[in-house]
Amino acid sequence: MYSFHYRRPTALNEALAVLHADSEAKMLAGGQTLIPTLKQRLAQPTALVDLSRIAGLSGIQKTAEGVTIGAMTHHADVARSPIVREVIPALADLAGQIGDAAVRNRGTLGGSLANNDPTADYPAAVLALNAVVSTDHRSIPADAYFQGLFETALEEGEIIVAVEFPQVDKAAYAKFRNPASRYAMAGVFVAKTAAEVRVAVTGAGQSGVFLWEEAGDVLASDFSPAAVDKLALDPSDLMSDLHGSAEYRAQLVKVMTKRAVASIA
Amino acid sequence: MTNLATPASPPKSETVHVSLTVNGKPVTVEVDPRTLLVQLLRDHLLLTGTHVGCDTSQCGACVVLMDGDAVKSCTVLAAQADGASVTTIEGLAAGGTLHPMQEAFRENHGLQCGFCTPGMIMTAVDLVAHHGPGLTEQQIREGLDGNLCRCTGYHNIVKSIAAGAQAMAGGSGSGAKVAAE
Ligand SMILES: Cc1cc2nc3c(=O)[nH]c(=O)nc-3n(C[C@H](O)[C@H](O)[C@H](O)COP(=O)(O)OP(=O)(O)OC[C@H]3O[C@@H](n4cnc5c(N)ncnc54)[C@H](O)[C@@H]3O)c2cc1C
Ligand code: FES
Ligand code: FES
Repeated sequence: MYSFHYRRPTALNEALAVLHADSEAKMLAGGQTLIPTLKQRLAQPTALVDLSRIAGLSGIQKTAEGVTIGAMTHHADVARSPIVREVIPALADLAGQIGDAAVRNRGTLGGSLANNDPTADYPAAVLALNAVVSTDHRSIPADAYFQGLFETALEEGEIIVAVEFPQVDKAAYAKFRNPASRYAMAGVFVAKTAAEVRVAVTGAGQSGVFLWEEAGDVLASDFSPAAVDKLALDPSDLMSDLHGSAEYRAQLVKVMTKRAVASIA
Repeated sequence: MTNLATPASPPKSETVHVSLTVNGKPVTVEVDPRTLLVQLLRDHLLLTGTHVGCDTSQCGACVVLMDGDAVKSCTVLAAQADGASVTTIEGLAAGGTLHPMQEAFRENHGLQCGFCTPGMIMTAVDLVAHHGPGLTEQQIREGLDGNLCRCTGYHNIVKSIAAGAQAMAGGSGSGAKVAAE
């Protein structure tokens, strides 16, 4: 690791002051992505701003629309939360499939969304559920938030505070994980409301998480695994790497979509 | 070189004050902010039972309990453990008596070279705390997702954890039954 200063503010505006004064300072949440990155010397921040002592950044609240989860809430707490299990059980399932137990005990929702890894799990739920990412100064709808590979609508030094997930009629997440890294090779989150069906795909897209609109359209009129059978996802925008070709991923996405639908149809 | 290699304001060497409890004893140290929890444990406190098996946060040899939760001590800064209560493998045995989970690994041949064992046992203790003594074989196997063993093939580790969970509850009732090889 390169050397850095360590800051542990106890208020959001203190953290913002450090981040705005120094564009090379970086936030530290659970550290499950950032610390491995620092260890490999792939990043060289001047300071780490540890968000863990700032009050109000973690916790799970039931709201009139659904559930609001603080940015610093650990994956394990979402997986075990009776509120999330009741309001959006698929979200608790997803959180319980991230990495391994030790990673889930430290990793946070906000860190995962800020990082926006193309194979991370949470982006699929946020996009399919059309959740709202709220930051220190604004609310960003999911459709505007994800902007490509590791790219988001966040400005420099903008802190995610919480995510508002609306309740839907039915939702499910099906993940085919890479057994070595435990990230998704293809992860599909299906969310059904009275108005529409949204199918969000992670792990497979060349530019990160995306909505498979064609699948959403056919599922809106016929919510069954068979409805997906006649679709073929175009592999030209999918990832090809040593773990699998784009064609293989296209097929995996289809199978995961059918599995997710089958579990709630 | 490019200015990528030079940070905007190069940090001067600076230390962080860290106070925590390790195996029940209060510890206060001044460390470089880069110090990992595992380095604090092994290099500063000479608790070398916690192992480092990889540099990619994937092997779990370094797992310790931090405020009761299993964490990878190679992926936590010592500074982040300020105020926490940390338990390492050295903190499990009471006096000269092995913890029931340690005893179960011994009884069931849950280790060969032993390199992964401290992490396995700390993960197992966390698993029992969260799922209770009746945890199923599937829960054990899933719970070991983040712990790699290059020797045993896992079978006896799973058996050890099922037995250790029963022993921790002080009984030998109906826990996970793990089929014999
Ligand atoms: C072995 C292993 C397996 C994993 N497997 C999976 C997996 O299967 N699926 C998956 O989705 N993830 C996986 N992860 C990643 C894990 O979920 C991370 O916890 C997550 O990606 C980052 O969250 P964090 O809290 O650890 O963030 P950190 O590592 O602390 O930070 C990540 C980035 O986000 C920024 N950031 C953090 N919090 C905020 C905030 N509130 N506002 C703005 N920016 C912020 C930081 O500055 C940094 O750039 C795995 C990690 C490991 C080590
Ligand atoms: S040393 Fe391998 S996960 Fe920590
Ligand atoms: S006993 Fe040798 S690595 Fe597990």
